[in-house]
Parts: sequence; structure tokens; C-alpha cells
Amino acid sequence: MNIKKSVTALAIGVALTLGAAGQSLAAEPIKIGTFLAVTGPASFLGDPELKTLQLYIDNINAKGGIDGRQVELMHYDTGGNAKEAVNFVKRLIQKDKVDVIVGGSTSGSSLSVMPLVEKAGIPFISLAGAVSIIEPVQKWTFKTPHTDRMAAQKIYEDMNRRGIAKVALISGNGGFDKSGRNQSLAMAASYDIEIVADEQYGAKDTDMTAQLAKIRDTDAQAILNFGFGSGPAIVTKNVRQLGITLPLYQSHGVASKKYIELAGEAAEGVRLPAAALLVADQLPESDPQRPVLLGYKNLYESKFGDVSTFGGHAYDGLMIALEAIDRADSTDKAKVRDEIEKTSKFPGTGGVFNMSPSDHMGLGLDAFQMLEIRNGDWTIVK
Amino acid sequence: MFDLILQFLLTGITVGSTYALVGLGFAIIYNSSDVVNFAQGEFVMIGGMSAVALSAGDAGLPLWAAALGAVLITTLVGMALQRFAIAPARGASVVTTIIITIGASIFLRGVALLVWGKDLFALPPFSGNTPIQIGNATVLPQSLWVMGGGVALVLGAQYFFNRTTLGKAILACSCNKTAAHLVGINVGVMLLLAYGIAAAIGAMAGILIAPITFTSYDTGVMLGLKGFSAAILGGMGNPMGAVAGGLLLGIIESLSAGLISSGYKDAIGFIILLLVLFFRPSGLFGKASVERV
Repeated sequence: MNIKKSVTALAIGVALTLGAAGQSLAAEPIKIGTFLAVTGPASFLGDPELKTLQLYIDNINAKGGIDGRQVELMHYDTGGNAKEAVNFVKRLIQKDKVDVIVGGSTSGSSLSVMPLVEKAGIPFISLAGAVSIIEPVQKWTFKTPHTDRMAAQKIYEDMNRRGIAKVALISGNGGFDKSGRNQSLAMAASYDIEIVADEQYGAKDTDMTAQLAKIRDTDAQAILNFGFGSGPAIVTKNVRQLGITLPLYQSHGVASKKYIELAGEAAEGVRLPAAALLVADQLPESDPQRPVLLGYKNLYESKFGDVSTFGGHAYDGLMIALEAIDRADSTDKAKVRDEIEKTSKFPGTGGVFNMSPSDHMGLGLDAFQMLEIRNGDWTIVK
Repeated sequence: MFDLILQFLLTGITVGSTYALVGLGFAIIYNSSDVVNFAQGEFVMIGGMSAVALSAGDAGLPLWAAALGAVLITTLVGMALQRFAIAPARGASVVTTIIITIGASIFLRGVALLVWGKDLFALPPFSGNTPIQIGNATVLPQSLWVMGGGVALVLGAQYFFNRTTLGKAILACSCNKTAAHLVGINVGVMLLLAYGIAAAIGAMAGILIAPITFTSYDTGVMLGLKGFSAAILGGMGNPMGAVAGGLLLGIIESLSAGLISSGYKDAIGFIILLLVLFFRPSGLFGKASVERV
């Protein structure tokens, strides 16, 4: 059973669902366990992730499953609470006896279940961002989303190309913002970049002109805003309001159309690293990710409305797990783990994955596209 | 340096006027029933969100009509809150009523989440986006709208409570319900009215600030907290005090962000608030509470 092929033909698969209703179930189902923040403050992560998992598992089952085995999804909603996540993962392992776990919307819940997963010896693909999930490498833990370190590196790479050496950093006080700020500070030296200002704002602040006026008084050559939510849009507007003409960089935290909508004209010329999903139709025909991205985007949008990169991470995690099970021809946990680690040249929504014993994410810096906002839309910076 | 300080002050006044507008709504309900209405932030949110919803899309209303509709919707929500949540608990202590308003705020937030989703929204600015230069500092035209709206609303509230019979009747209810009833004031209607007015003011605040701060189902939490701080800093129940408290809080935050540390600006704001309450428990412009009896 070739999953890649079936994925590209999934649109047809929906129609086939009715016809395939009468098929017999030969073997025991493959059990995929997941725990996601479907409700609560991190629901913007968990909601598209769960929808993606259900959508693709239904489709795969409609086409006969993996090696003739149906796929079953066991889901628990953590509400973004790391403590709940631990309880649910215990249940997934002990009571539901799942074969592999794909989940963990937030870095906190992923990190807190890792000791359990390692002890039980069950393959776990996390959907959260933090570098610390895969560094140092843990035997049973993998992850699919890009890290904030990669975002900082990608931004600095672009700055080097433009000859920018002095950067003013401004970030929010949320978890994503703080982690991004730390990575930006840590990575600066290796790209010969000097951080000349390090300002912060509250996640719900409504005006950042005070911090930006201070930045205006420094000799910074560019502004880097690591943030999430309304903050970056307000920073963008305030930068223009103060008449600052320095290049403004944002992180992948704002990679959604909402940001352009909120910041309006002020967003023109802003650069940010983002997953290729945002610009799927602008990728060259030869790009191996293009069919995957368009397939995912079209299928998801036909059911639920706009895609987000977060749902894409769930797609990547699920497909990597199922392909590993397919290659291993069993759900033996050790074999599946070894196969996940051998994942190579797998085109996912986040990039082309090449995992190895020393790299449990498998994405390079090329997984990020450097985008610039022009005429209210994303443009790939060459 | 002078330019910097000027910018910090302008920023502070802009942010402060949003706090002041929210604080004003707290003052009005406190004036009528001694209750701190923690759903005030949600009135602000509902005002902003309904204006966005009414003006959205091609079939949307023009901005002024959407604003009017939003104020109307929020007023009805405020009155419904009083009628169906506060009024049935008649005779309950002030603390119980405050807890009811906290519950109501969570409920309203939940409804907004279901109706409008989790996204952020923005209203277009009323008169363009071109910043106004004052020296080397800038201010957005929308900020002038917020400040102007604040001035108009506080003068209106001041006039209403001190000069009109209706306003005085509402004040009378808070002083002594039984006595007010005996002189022929319909206490129930007055309370209903007070919630309606507070909701309307909250909605106006929400519409004025939505182009600058954006709005989403949970903006009411932070705005409510800051507005509440403004109201107690200035002296609970005094509309002028709420405005002064809001401006002061905004300026303190922006000066500490600019001159001390942007990471600690909220902490500094709250420390000053605590200090003020420590030395003047009834706020900067509040009368000592014994006088109210």
C-alpha cells in the first residue's frame, strides 16, 4: 500500500467512501493515540491538528487502510494543560494500548510526557515547536514542526545577505515570544550580528510606540519582532506611525493572512520566515513539496476553511508514523521507531524530512521560505 | 531626549485614554449600586466586536450605522444582564453581586467565542491612518478620537449625574435604596438604566479603540483589568477620577517602558497603584467611604 499515491488521490477517496462501506476488516486496527489542545488558549493549534488527523485517517480507512489494517484514532483534549497531558498519555499507553502517539500541541505538554513515553518505549511524534524536545535526542521522541531557532537562523541569514549587522530586538512576554527571543539572542553571534536593543511588551499591550521610540534612537539597521497574536500587528503599525524606515522582520508566529489584514498597509515590505504551505501555489512545479502542499490545502479547505501550518504539522506526523508502520509491516514498537528514524526525503507540509539517529526532526533551514509582504500578499524572496 | 519624552507622554495619553474610557463604565454602575461590575470589559468587547460584525463584508453597514447598532446591541446586553442575572439576586450582598458579574463576564466571553470565533479583528480608523507630527513625536488621528470621546463621555456623565433628575435618582439608589423607594423612585428601573448606560459607554469605548488595539473575544479581560485599576486609582464612583486614573496609569506605564525597562512596565504600574491605595485607600480623587453612608 503506497500512502503517497493515495494521499494525492484523496479528493477521489471521499467519493469512494460510500462504495467501500461494505469491506471486511481482516486484521486488528492500527491504534494511533493523540492528545491535543483542542480547547483553551492553545486551541488555534489543537483544533486544526485534530481535524487534520481525523480527516486523513477517515480517508485512509476508506481506501482499505494500511496493509489491509484499519487505522483507529484515540483522542484526548488536554485544554492546553500539561498536567492533563500526562494523565492522558498514561491512559493512551496503559489502557488504550496505542501503537504510536502523534500529538502534543504545546511544547509544555510535549516535554512533560516525554519521560513517560521514553519509559514505556512507544514511538512519539510531537507537534510542538521547542528545540528542547529533540535536543538532546531522546530515543523514542520525534517532532515535525520547525523550531524557533531555525526561524532566527533563517532571519539572520537573510540579514547577512542584505548587509545588516546591528539589530534591535522587540518581543512579547508570551511563551513563544520568550523562547524566540532567547534563540535570537543565542544565535546572533554566530551570524556576526549585534543586538543593540532588547525591548519587551505584554502579550495584550495595545501600544508599543514607547519601546519603538527608544529603538529609533539606537543605531540599529533593522528591527526583529519575535511575537505572536495581536502584538506583532501593533508593532508593525507603530513602526510606520513613528516614521521608522528600517527593514522590519517578523517571525513565523505571524504567518497567517490575519496578520496582513490587521496591520494593513503598514505590513508592506515586512519579511518573515514561514513554512511553504502559505505560498504553495507560488512554488516552482519541480518542488517536491508542491503536490503535497496543494493536496493538503485543497482537501482541508474543502472541509473546514483556511489551512494553518499547525494542521500541516499533524499531517506530517501522521504520515511519517503511518509510512514507518507500512515499511515495518508491523506495529512492533521498536521496529516502527527504527523506521521513523530512517525517514528520508519525505515531502511533508513543513519541508522535506530527513531524519537520522542524531536528528529527530529532520528539517533543514530550506524548510523555511523567506517571505516578503508585497501588495497585501506573500512573495517568496529569492 | 525631549523628543523621546514627548513621544512617551503621547503614547501614555493614548493608552491612558483607553483605560479611562473603560474605567468610566465601572464608575457608573458603582455609583448606582456600589457594585463593581467585572463584566464591564466584556461590554467593551461586545461593542467592538458587534461593530466589526455589522460593518463587515460587502453587505455591511457604513461605519456610523454599525457603531450605532453596536451601541444598541451592547445596551440591550447590559440591560439583560441586570434583568436576568443581577435582579433575581435582589437582596444579595454586594460581594455576591460582584461574583455574579464575574460569572456573567465568563459567560459573555464564551458566547462571543461561539458567535465570532477566536480571531482578531480590526475596525478601519475613522479618519485615516496618517500620523500627526508633533515635533519629532507622532500620534494617530484615531488616538485623538479616543481622547475626544473620553472627554465628551466624562463631561456627559458628570452632567448627567449632577444636573439631571434621572441621574440624581440613580445616585439616590446607591445612597439608600429604601429611602429612594419611599420618595417615589423606581429602584428596579434605575438599576436597569444604570447597566444600560454603562454598557453603552463600554460599547462606545470599544468602538473608539478597536481601530488601534484590535478586538477579539478575550480583549475584555485585559481592558477590564486596566479599566478597573484606573477606576480605583482615581477613586471608585467618581467619573473624573476614573479618567484621571486611566491617564495616570497609561503615562506611568509608557514612561517606565521608555525610561526604565519595557519588561517591567506592568509591574511598575501595579506597584504605584498599590502604593496609592496604601496611602489613600479611596483613590486619588475618591471621598472617604464613610461619607457615603
